[in-house]
Amino acid sequence: MAVLLRPARGSSGLLLAAFLCVLFLVFVSASSAGRDVVSGNNETRRDPAGGVTEEEDTHKKAFPVLSFKYNHVRKPFEISLWILLALLMKLGFHIIPRVSNVVPESCLLIFVGLLVGGIIKAIGEEAPILDDKLFFLYLLPPIILDAGYFLPIRAFTENLGTILVFAVIGTLWNAFFIGGMMYAVCQIEGAGLGGVDLLSCLLFGSIISAVDPVAVLAVFEEIHINELLHILVFGESLLNDAVTVVLYHLFEEFSHAGTVTVVDAVLGVVCFFVVSLGGIMVGAIYGILGAFTSRFTSHTRVIEPLFVFLYSYMAYLSAEVFHLSGIMSLIACGVVMRPYVEANISHKSYTTIKYFLKMWSSVSETLIFIFLGVSTVAGPHAWNWTFVIFTVVLCLVSRVLGVIGLTYIINKFRIVKLTKKDQFIVAYGGLRGAIAFSLGFLLKNSEMKYMFLTAIITVIFFTVFVQGMTIRPLVELLAVKKKKESKGSINEEIHTQFLDHLLTGIEDVCGHYGHHHWKDKLNRFNKAYVKRWLITGERSTEPQLISFYNKMEMKQAMMLVESGSTAKLPAIVSSVSMQNIQPKGPSRRRAIPSISKSREAEIRKILRGNLQQTRQRLRSYSRHDLFMDPFEDNVSEVRFRKQRVEMERRMSHYLTVPANRQETPSVRKVCFEPENQVFTYDDSESPRGPTAQPHPSPADAVSLLNESPQRPNQSKAQRSTGGDKTREKDPDEQEEQQKLSRCLSDPGPNQEEEEEEDGSGRS
Amino acid sequence: MGASQTRSAHKYQDLVDRTGFSVEQIKNLHKRFRHLSGNEETISKENLDRIPALANNPIKKQIVDAFFDKRNQHQDEVGSFEEIGFEQFLMVMSHFRPPTLKTTEDEKEALRKEKLRFLFNMHDTDNDGTITLEEYRKVVEELLSKSGAMGLEAAKAIADAAMLEVASTNVPHMAPDDFYEGITFEHFEQILKGLEMESRMHIRFLDVDTTTMRCGKSTS
Repeated sequence: MAVLLRPARGSSGLLLAAFLCVLFLVFVSASSAGRDVVSGNNETRRDPAGGVTEEEDTHKKAFPVLSFKYNHVRKPFEISLWILLALLMKLGFHIIPRVSNVVPESCLLIFVGLLVGGIIKAIGEEAPILDDKLFFLYLLPPIILDAGYFLPIRAFTENLGTILVFAVIGTLWNAFFIGGMMYAVCQIEGAGLGGVDLLSCLLFGSIISAVDPVAVLAVFEEIHINELLHILVFGESLLNDAVTVVLYHLFEEFSHAGTVTVVDAVLGVVCFFVVSLGGIMVGAIYGILGAFTSRFTSHTRVIEPLFVFLYSYMAYLSAEVFHLSGIMSLIACGVVMRPYVEANISHKSYTTIKYFLKMWSSVSETLIFIFLGVSTVAGPHAWNWTFVIFTVVLCLVSRVLGVIGLTYIINKFRIVKLTKKDQFIVAYGGLRGAIAFSLGFLLKNSEMKYMFLTAIITVIFFTVFVQGMTIRPLVELLAVKKKKESKGSINEEIHTQFLDHLLTGIEDVCGHYGHHHWKDKLNRFNKAYVKRWLITGERSTEPQLISFYNKMEMKQAMMLVESGSTAKLPAIVSSVSMQNIQPKGPSRRRAIPSISKSREAEIRKILRGNLQQTRQRLRSYSRHDLFMDPFEDNVSEVRFRKQRVEMERRMSHYLTVPANRQETPSVRKVCFEPENQVFTYDDSESPRGPTAQPHPSPADAVSLLNESPQRPNQSKAQRSTGGDKTREKDPDEQEEQQKLSRCLSDPGPNQEEEEEEDGSGRS
Repeated sequence: MGASQTRSAHKYQDLVDRTGFSVEQIKNLHKRFRHLSGNEETISKENLDRIPALANNPIKKQIVDAFFDKRNQHQDEVGSFEEIGFEQFLMVMSHFRPPTLKTTEDEKEALRKEKLRFLFNMHDTDNDGTITLEEYRKVVEELLSKSGAMGLEAAKAIADAAMLEVASTNVPHMAPDDFYEGITFEHFEQILKGLEMESRMHIRFLDVDTTTMRCGKSTS
């Protein structure tokens, strides 16, 4: 408490607000009970009386100017209040940096949940508990979808074998080891655990053995560990869902029957395959449907994100209907859908999907941890020292043994082996979380249930608090490789692709069909058949390198626009520009008239003045349209002005791919086609002639980009030097510049110059 | 019989030391070599060109050339062979070995350098020590060669952007009149540092002879 109340003005204000929210919530729920009664009485009095009484009523009472009708909005109100509380807490933690650096967010949230639960219980109210329907149907899917949609496919498929071994065999080992050992423990005299039979122990083991994706995500997100370890632990936590589902249902069914026969065991194995493969298939089908739908959404961009969300959610629910693995279905749907959907949807929709997923998963995660805390306080507990202590110890032991044993086997098949450090992190990262709790909650009511629940909660607390808090210093201590900052380098992309082809080629020379060969085959199949069906128009034949390049270019241009003068410019600060790279080619093919500096400045001023006026056009507002110009939305006039300078400099860095792209009514349409095509480029080597043709575009298009005037003095000077350079460049260069100015960027004075030059030339 | 066996063991031993493969792996590769060469002692470019699976590979020519490139033999020679023997074949293959658990950090560095050198040689076709813009353009064009006309146009722009990136990262401040000659090996290493070549550029060499000569799958 003292930690939270430390005087930092902003945070204390927020926390105060949060506590007020809590108190209000409690008060409201308490008083609503009273309110129910009162209003109920009023109703009963009025109804049987009939019309006469009503008249009397209208005479007696004055028209209520202000009335209090809380029941009407009770449920949504409380839900919103809870979510608001959760988010305010989250906000508060990040304002206090000291705490959030040491303690992972999940711990803080559980702590808050405990507090809130305590308060509610102290008041004597019924606290909301994390019941399974709320958890499995509403809170879990967003997190899993977020994880699945943004799953790093390359790393995942390269390590799929390892991940599967850990997920399936590791979880089985954990379940049976813990279950068996707990049964042995229960046989100990004097522990008071005689009533727990083998099957119940195994059931308990199967619940507690699964690594939880929510907890893993929450903790691993903050330690930024290298991709391999992250994908190993995280992939394991996702894929063990199938095993957990099967084991849970198997043992639950038979804990009533009392015995398990061999036939049941075999059926269990079959069930496992059905559950996992079935889940994946369901997800894949919905994924393909979603991809196919997104092919036709070019006219209704606003609802594009919804398709992604709804298809994925349907995949999850459909899998749950048949008791298939919902998590695997959701992952499969996201993975299958993503490459095609991203090729089809607009940039805005992509951003929307990304942010909505992150938002929902963040809210879900926060709520889960808070509710976990509240449920801990609220639920009936049956504490049994032996049981709980042994559970915790056995969980740790079995995890360590399992990881070591499995790694020994796995390393025989892996090319890049897992080191001891890796093994330690994988073992230590086996956190349990809310899934175990909810599964425990689902058990039939019995005294054992409460004992199990208590033990489960203890394990969860232990793993989240102890392991969660200590993993970060341990990572530092062991000098585990951290995640490398990926800047989206075009060179890396080129070489990654080159390497793929090279390795496939070498494998072919060697004569065996390895990993690369099959990947290559899949890619070719994908390109030849699938992409044609699922991606609109020309993008279906666009090679990956080009799409990557386009994406990067767009990203950089957006970054330029959105970074205000206060933000640090992210790109490399360097003065290298195209002319440093272009070989000094043969003599220029065109004589460029030189203009004096003063004339140049004059020209610029005139053009700018004219172009600025055309910007003031009115737009009609429609709720269903997206604004065509992303720049106008985000960037205020002032900021734009300030960025011109930097943009000038950077324009020379970025090249564009000649316009052969799908015109989509979003960012791409902002491509600026110059009215006058200045240079007819007759360089023989480039077949780009036809594409460099101008499209007759309205003056409006021009104005969209040539917006605000620059800052007067400084920029002018810079511009003139830039302008001088323009003159000395080769035609190559100018062609590049021309193209530069064509897409997504403020062409700046170079463009104007060239136009003007042409104008003067022609006149 | 015994004498020839020990002789072959010795022969392989030398190769084991030089290339780092195990004896079983060398035996397998030798079988493959003999299949490719039609039981001759040497193979020529045509033998490699005829591998059916390579036909779909956009950089097939570069791969085949790499086998015949003298620079990859680590003997400080330049130029290219007309035909290569098994030893040269093996030397080229040795560039694709993965690091083992016992590889130290220094050895990993050396391994990475070696692999990057191999890649560099593939790009630097005129062997002047730098990858010029023209050569880089060629690389990207080859990569996009299976994508039709659109690919060729884009290749130039992409190569230029990539070159710019290399220049910006390595020589941040160039005067306007300076000219960036080309990517040297140091710059090449620098820009590909993030890819961790020693863990990525490898294929699985089989210890057990399950390679099939015609078609069919093999366990790997």
